[in-house]
Amino acid sequence: MIPIEHYLIVSALLFCIGLVTVIIKKNAIVVLMGIELILNAANINLVAFSQFDASRIQGQVFSLFVIVIAAAEAAVAMAIVLKVYHFFKTADVSEVSDLRK
Amino acid sequence: MIQQIIFYTFAALTVISASVIIFTHNVLYAAFSLIITFLGVAALYVFAGADFIAVTQVLVYVGGILVLMIFSVMLTNKISGQAVTTHSHNRFLGGLIGLVLFVLLMFGILQANYASLFWLEKAQSSGNIIQDSTIQLLGVKLMSDYVLPFEVAAVLLLVALIGAAYIAQRQMDEK
Repeated sequence: MIPIEHYLIVSALLFCIGLVTVIIKKNAIVVLMGIELILNAANINLVAFSQFDASRIQGQVFSLFVIVIAAAEAAVAMAIVLKVYHFFKTADVSEVSDLRK
Repeated sequence: MIQQIIFYTFAALTVISASVIIFTHNVLYAAFSLIITFLGVAALYVFAGADFIAVTQVLVYVGGILVLMIFSVMLTNKISGQAVTTHSHNRFLGGLIGLVLFVLLMFGILQANYASLFWLEKAQSSGNIIQDSTIQLLGVKLMSDYVLPFEVAAVLLLVALIGAAYIAQRQMDEK
């Protein structure tokens, strides 16, 4: 059996990579990719601890809901990015600083 | 032994393809390496005994969210022959924050000594560890203990669908 620390280390690495992506990238879609990485890192933790909870599997149920929320968030965020691109002709988050043009 | 080799291969694949997203400037390369990352994470779920979550991950992330992302990459760039690139800012500060946070998390994980946690020890001694497929238990739990969050999630998905369609539509009065 894989020690639980190794799941947590992979998850910590994914979380930090996602955070750095959110901080340094300018394209709004790549920023969203970073957010998805952070959500996946949280899910790995939930599933890894859930394997010691075979009678109730609360972690797996919770990670299912996290996936649902991530799908809804991605759909709405993509719609907003498309609308922002329509107004500003760019998907660069550092150029989009005015409320209206 | 073979299980360990496969686990660490998938873990390395996940982390390496995730770090490609930081280092590449091409948005499409980032999207494709995100596919590899999600598939690697699905493999890690299988190793943690969560087969249904792994299948859901492949269906929802790779089949849904990634396709949506690639669509919006195509739609938010003027296709004129050149590669779709992204630039970066705050590179030093962002890297520093990520590195410091990772060192902090590693310190916490290595200090915590999970093997001696009370409930993990109890689960291991009483054999309360996932052995076979959890699909049936997951279905029963979703329809009994978690039926209210399940229904709320259904309403949330409907609201997100209507909201996304409304936001993304083109107004008729716009030129």
